[in-house]
Amino acid sequence: MSVTRSGLSEEREQILDAADRYAREQLAPLAPRMDEEEWWPDDAFRALGKEGFLGVTVPPELGGAGLDLFASGLVCQAFGRWNHAFALSWIAHENLCLNNILRNANDEQRERFIPGLCDGSAIGCLSLTEPGAGSDALGSMASTAKRDGDEYVLNGRKMFITNGSVADLTLLYAKTEPGKGAHGISAFVIEMASPGVSVTQKLVKMGFRGSQTTELAFEDVRVPVANRIGAENEGVVCVMSGLDLERALIAPICVGVAERALELTIEFARTREQFGEPIGNFQMIQSRIADMHALVETARTYNYHCLAQLNDLPPGQGGRGWAHKLSATSILYAANSMNQVVDHAVQVHGGNGYIWETEINRLFRATKLLEIGAGTTEVRKLIIAQELLKN
Amino acid sequence: MKILVCLKQVPHQDARLDVNGDGTWIKEDGIKFEINSYDTYALEEALRIKDAGEAEVVVASIGPDRVTQALRTALGMGADRAVHVNDAACQGSDALGIAKTLAAIAKEESPDLILMGLMSDDGNASAVPPMVAELVGMPSATAVVATERSEGNIRVERELEGGAVEVVDVPTPCLLAVQSGLNQVRYASLKGIMAAKKKPLDVKTAADLGVADAVGTAGAKVKIEKIYQPLRGEGAEILSGSTDEIVSSLMNKIKELGLL
Repeated sequence: MSVTRSGLSEEREQILDAADRYAREQLAPLAPRMDEEEWWPDDAFRALGKEGFLGVTVPPELGGAGLDLFASGLVCQAFGRWNHAFALSWIAHENLCLNNILRNANDEQRERFIPGLCDGSAIGCLSLTEPGAGSDALGSMASTAKRDGDEYVLNGRKMFITNGSVADLTLLYAKTEPGKGAHGISAFVIEMASPGVSVTQKLVKMGFRGSQTTELAFEDVRVPVANRIGAENEGVVCVMSGLDLERALIAPICVGVAERALELTIEFARTREQFGEPIGNFQMIQSRIADMHALVETARTYNYHCLAQLNDLPPGQGGRGWAHKLSATSILYAANSMNQVVDHAVQVHGGNGYIWETEINRLFRATKLLEIGAGTTEVRKLIIAQELLKN
Repeated sequence: MKILVCLKQVPHQDARLDVNGDGTWIKEDGIKFEINSYDTYALEEALRIKDAGEAEVVVASIGPDRVTQALRTALGMGADRAVHVNDAACQGSDALGIAKTLAAIAKEESPDLILMGLMSDDGNASAVPPMVAELVGMPSATAVVATERSEGNIRVERELEGGAVEVVDVPTPCLLAVQSGLNQVRYASLKGIMAAKKKPLDVKTAADLGVADAVGTAGAKVKIEKIYQPLRGEGAEILSGSTDEIVSSLMNKIKELGLL
């Protein structure tokens, strides 16, 4: 396998380039309106499915591209450069919902749910967090699913659900045996059109605007037993390994945002003149640009390392051990690096960077979310330290 | 039916270009390359003919190792096989040297149709397509903006100055040099990129094609003397600031000059 200057194999570089071209031409033009109006482009997922950018990790016989987690990360990196809000929605569909179903469902469920998620006729989301269950998502989970013959009756509320108002399917976790804590949780696929499912709030965010973040309510929703993913009370395996992969895969959004911020800043430093010369001639600007470059390079390289290691994570693995620590480290570092990069970027852009409608300001407002979602920075540090310190 | 699409790999549209040390070309180190935009429309046109029926699409390009990526991208978009003339001796070829090399490939392949871009994003000469057509003895049309195929003929619309369109019947086999915007160019799908790994990519030298004497600096009849960025002249004023500031300042200047 020959390796290009980016450190990627030729084939992986082609995947990144193909996704980059698509994102630049098709997703970037959507970004200003998504940001301004919290608008959602209804046709975008079908178009993505048509061009083969959904179901990256899904075998071709189920309608996917038959590639690996690494390839998924590259698509996310490219989408992150040009429309990070859309990249977030893509991750919620592609990884949190689709890839989790692929890894944990039985054959009948895969055939029922996955082809539609691959061609974009169905949009997916994940329902884990609740109003009272954030970092302690499993312990404090209040949603319940009670068995009633061939069905479960589901009740509960889910919070901060990306794609909640546009999804057709959700992968949802609820307690089937509340007394057993994390080991009393089961996973279900729920059709959002089912009676009793409602969107109770559409949340307006500081950044990543246009990616639809919602609160969902489930009232006496009847779910066939055939829609339970995995064994009863064993949802914890699905959720924890899924969270590791999610962390590995949102880190490329940070890389993409940081790459774009650096690119815009270099261009600005070359063209913006003060005191009769480009501001890039001034050492304090140069210092910031050099720091930004080092952060981008290291975040990207470490994330590629993480994706390569997690590529072959078997179903049921993760949620503990090296994979847990590695993915937490990758997103901890990537999110922190991105924050520093966009902070430098706005400082170099001066007043222009503070104007809401500029691209660099949109990137600046991408801070914080990826230090909070998919496990906060604090949770990530706990995971890392606990793995390092355990006997 | 066999279609030969000739591609050139050129610096990426976002690449920052600097003139090289001896002032005869750009510095190629450290910049990204991509398929010449005009050639992507030619490739798309070929792939549409393939999609509509029976056609083999062969892509050909000349250049160093990096050109493999352009050819693999074309294969990922749907071309069937590739020919890569990878020969240091070709470095510095002029348009005629390139045309002779492509013509030699065309003679080996005997295509029913040759498609290429009207010009390249970097060289901008528009010289190669008519030269190839002449060397292989095919009729040709340039600046093609629409095609309609029938038995033994392609009716093409050519873009003329001022937006006029000329309609020409070109008997096949023929060569068409296409204008940008002819079609909507597809994306290389992830599946296509995987499939491309298994498609044949033949590597040849100028000697293999019998054109060793025609290529490279030695074979070139046209030599680049100098490449330079025009110096900023007197009388030009570069407006700076935010977009709003620039627009406002430009409007004031137009008003000051009494043009509004």
